[in-house]
Amino acid sequence: MAAACITASGTARNKPEYHTHQEFKLMYGMLFSIRSFISKMSPLDMKDGFLAFQTSRYKLHYYETPTGIKLVMNTDLGVPNCRDTLQQIYSTLYVEYIVKNPLCVLGESLQSDLFSSKLDSFIRALPFFSVRAA
Amino acid sequence: PLKHNSELFTLTYGALVTQLCKDYENDEEVNKQLDKMGYNIGVRLIEDFLARSSVGRCHDFRETADVIAKVAFKMYLGITPSVTNWSPAGDEFSLILESNPLVDFVELPDNHSNLVYSSLLCGVLRGALEMVQMAVDVRFAQDTLRGDNVTEIRMKFIKRIEENLPVGDE
Repeated sequence: MAAACITASGTARNKPEYHTHQEFKLMYGMLFSIRSFISKMSPLDMKDGFLAFQTSRYKLHYYETPTGIKLVMNTDLGVPNCRDTLQQIYSTLYVEYIVKNPLCVLGESLQSDLFSSKLDSFIRALPFFSVRAA
Repeated sequence: PLKHNSELFTLTYGALVTQLCKDYENDEEVNKQLDKMGYNIGVRLIEDFLARSSVGRCHDFRETADVIAKVAFKMYLGITPSVTNWSPAGDEFSLILESNPLVDFVELPDNHSNLVYSSLLCGVLRGALEMVQMAVDVRFAQDTLRGDNVTEIRMKFIKRIEENLPVGDE
């Protein structure tokens, strides 16, 4: 199964290089390792598995579907658990605009403008989204 | 809502099979094409299924069988096949369909005795399960169109598909 970052977009990040191939590989390796780690270390039967991690600067939220689609969202620390949000992005955006679009090849970079704009509006409409002063 | 759509769906499927028969002139080939189309449908349908049913990952093949029969078939075809004939190893079972919406109004002509009319379903199941890391073999064991009393789909678990770590180039 190929690991390809099929879409990434962001606001308010001050790193100069955006979303390089190197970063995607790093991200995938990290997620794969964390998942494997927590399932081995889990004292009881794992239910949802890896939910999120946070540093002193940001929080990374994770949601994976049984089909292996992984959704990652980075937010400020104040944001509570985003699993429902990511689940919604999957079912109302990814499934509706990508899966159901016969021209979109699954597993490759997403080429749908409609998906990008819907995703953008969705994120902007989230209660914890706020435009930070520059 | 499903009642209204089902006739159009049945007729569309019938037109599809008829066209394939004209194009390929060989029942085995048509079966293969239907299976392939079903596979392409299945790999996408699974995502829609997961989005709409909020069913989580199944823990074993028995749970998978129940979800397929009671949730998936109901959701997409409006029928609930029964799950029976488990193999002793628990890796093979049958879905018995009392009715099959694909074959409403259909009779197979004599010159198409090798046609497995609903082959699309085999492909759909195969494709969908592959996306949740299960390799299965799906085939029709009995078919009302070919004279049997019921339609029986036999599903066999082959193996788990492991997720591969991408090869690093460092």
